[in-house]
Amino acid sequence: MSKHKMKSQTIPALTMVGPVTLWLAFFVAIPLLYVLVMSFCSLDSHYNVQFQFTLDNYRRLFDANYVQIYLQSLLIAFLTTLICIVIAYPFSFIIARTLSKKKAILYMLVIIPFWTNSLIRIYGWRTFLGTNGWLNNTLQTLHLTGAPIEFLFNRGTTVLGMVYCLFPFMVLPLYTAIEKLDTNLLEASSDLGARGKTTFLKVILPLTASGIFSGSIMVFIPCLGFFFVSDILGGGNADVIGNLIERQFQSGNNWPLGAALSIILIALTLLLVKLYQKCGGDMDSLGV
Amino acid sequence: MNDKKVMVEIEGVNKIYGGTNHVVKDLSISVYEGEFLTLLGSSGCGKTTTLRMVAGFEEPTSGSIKVAGVNIENQEPFERNVNTVFQSYALFPHMTIFDNVAYGLKIKKTAKAEIKERVTNMLDLVQLGGFEKRYPSQLSGGQKQRVAIARALINRPQVLLLDEPLGALDLKLRKQMQLELKRLQKKLNITFIYVTHDQEEALTMSDRIAIMNDGVLEQIGTPTDIYERPASKFVATFIGETNLFEGCVSGIEGDAVSVTLETGTVTAKGSDYQMNEMVAISVRPERMQYSFEPVEGFTIEASVKEQVYVGSILKAIVILPNGNEVKIERLAGQSIPTDGKVYLYWNEDDAKLIHSRSQVFFDAVENMTFSSVS
Repeated sequence: MSKHKMKSQTIPALTMVGPVTLWLAFFVAIPLLYVLVMSFCSLDSHYNVQFQFTLDNYRRLFDANYVQIYLQSLLIAFLTTLICIVIAYPFSFIIARTLSKKKAILYMLVIIPFWTNSLIRIYGWRTFLGTNGWLNNTLQTLHLTGAPIEFLFNRGTTVLGMVYCLFPFMVLPLYTAIEKLDTNLLEASSDLGARGKTTFLKVILPLTASGIFSGSIMVFIPCLGFFFVSDILGGGNADVIGNLIERQFQSGNNWPLGAALSIILIALTLLLVKLYQKCGGDMDSLGV
Repeated sequence: MNDKKVMVEIEGVNKIYGGTNHVVKDLSISVYEGEFLTLLGSSGCGKTTTLRMVAGFEEPTSGSIKVAGVNIENQEPFERNVNTVFQSYALFPHMTIFDNVAYGLKIKKTAKAEIKERVTNMLDLVQLGGFEKRYPSQLSGGQKQRVAIARALINRPQVLLLDEPLGALDLKLRKQMQLELKRLQKKLNITFIYVTHDQEEALTMSDRIAIMNDGVLEQIGTPTDIYERPASKFVATFIGETNLFEGCVSGIEGDAVSVTLETGTVTAKGSDYQMNEMVAISVRPERMQYSFEPVEGFTIEASVKEQVYVGSILKAIVILPNGNEVKIERLAGQSIPTDGKVYLYWNEDDAKLIHSRSQVFFDAVENMTFSSVS
């Protein structure tokens, strides 16, 4: 009897876990291992990868030019996150506090852009902001400027593109956190003598901090890797770590170096997630 | 009561939502200093809305609310010297018990040493000494309730508003907290306005009860007043159980009113009644008398339907010829009819004559009694 029971429990368990394990092995573990091994390989004179152990790739990572781009990358990610918080917080508050019918519309406004490829949307910005783009044409037609203004190809436009792409990732966790906020708590705070500002600082902000936190993680990390945004809108003036990696795998044809850069990016990501966890962040709200 | 100072004066207050939803209708109530007043009614009767208007979370559509003689209807909640205990407790989950209770004092920028002393004393008063460092999630429902009360009382409000504060507690704890709250109120001598739908709770705790129905104040008075001298059929059926005998005034001689029931004519005491007016006679089950022989002056014959045993009391349900049920209640140990035919009667003092209002109103009351009679 007990044997039967054992059997009936183990077999489905295996069939449940098996495919997931295989999936993870093939699409996560093996590629990651491949990148790790690649990062310790060297190149021959014809740029062919040779399985010969070297730490050269890691040494090159400390090149001053690279370090400068890491810092620029962190700066862009930081600014993007900050701007996302500032815009998304009131926006999420409005969605969370609106009545059901309008709420659905506002929510859809955030979700719908997801259905269009982000590459195409970023090209849209380029068309809009370019020297021959709509914005410049409009300004010139209105005689507000004589010559076209170069809006593109700087850190500002790159941050703009990043904010545009990653905004929903900030709204969703913030919305969830604000939605959960019990209005009775706000009334209680007011009842106990607190004005709006005090209630915001002492009750609303601490209770929605988890949303700000997970939103920040979900914006900051992709920002380091979204090379196509800085490619299209930054034009080489606002590179992020993702650009460095892409270049080594494409034009640079130096896979080992690209792999080492990838490892650094992965390590940085893990570090940030670990930090988030340490500060009491909820892994579920990251969708991990 | 009348020589006491009025603490809260609600005068001609109306609350209309969205232009049509009339929730509170021309309500006027005076609450005296140090009084425990209960707003009693079933859900949707406007009692919570009334409380929220006193707290400042809702604005009256018309009318005025005064606290200690000062008009407050235009003040923000944080400007009013009243505090609320919420049904859901509304404790700040990210703060310790100490910080929760100290919240109001910190906002008033009270000195640290004084805050510490007052919080400690207040927690002792609600028997939660030593819980300072815990978080609300680590407390039971009853303990959270005490924290909510402490958090409100520490500000020494002129009036404490309590919105069904014991609603989420189990019966035993609720009974215990009822007595504790009452004790606390007497000790601190703070005016309490207490909202509940539980008539037993209202009878146990209140100095006076205001019964609301569909936004209208039905009756206000001491628990004894309300139980013994209900002003309307709604009150008679809402507070405790009662037997109503419907009839029509067929004669008036001084304060003796003859009422013709379906089963015959009886007399009851009352003034302010008119000939041919529809009235009801209310007789509480424990005051309902029965005899196996016909009784002079009464012609109410009934047959026993069933007997119910409810621990300390015995109940008998008898049926009138027209099919209406009448309840008789006795303490265990006393006798109660078991079967066969009985003749119902009552002592003059136990029968309360009540004006009948419109039939529509009466139907509404009938529907309510099923859910509210305990």
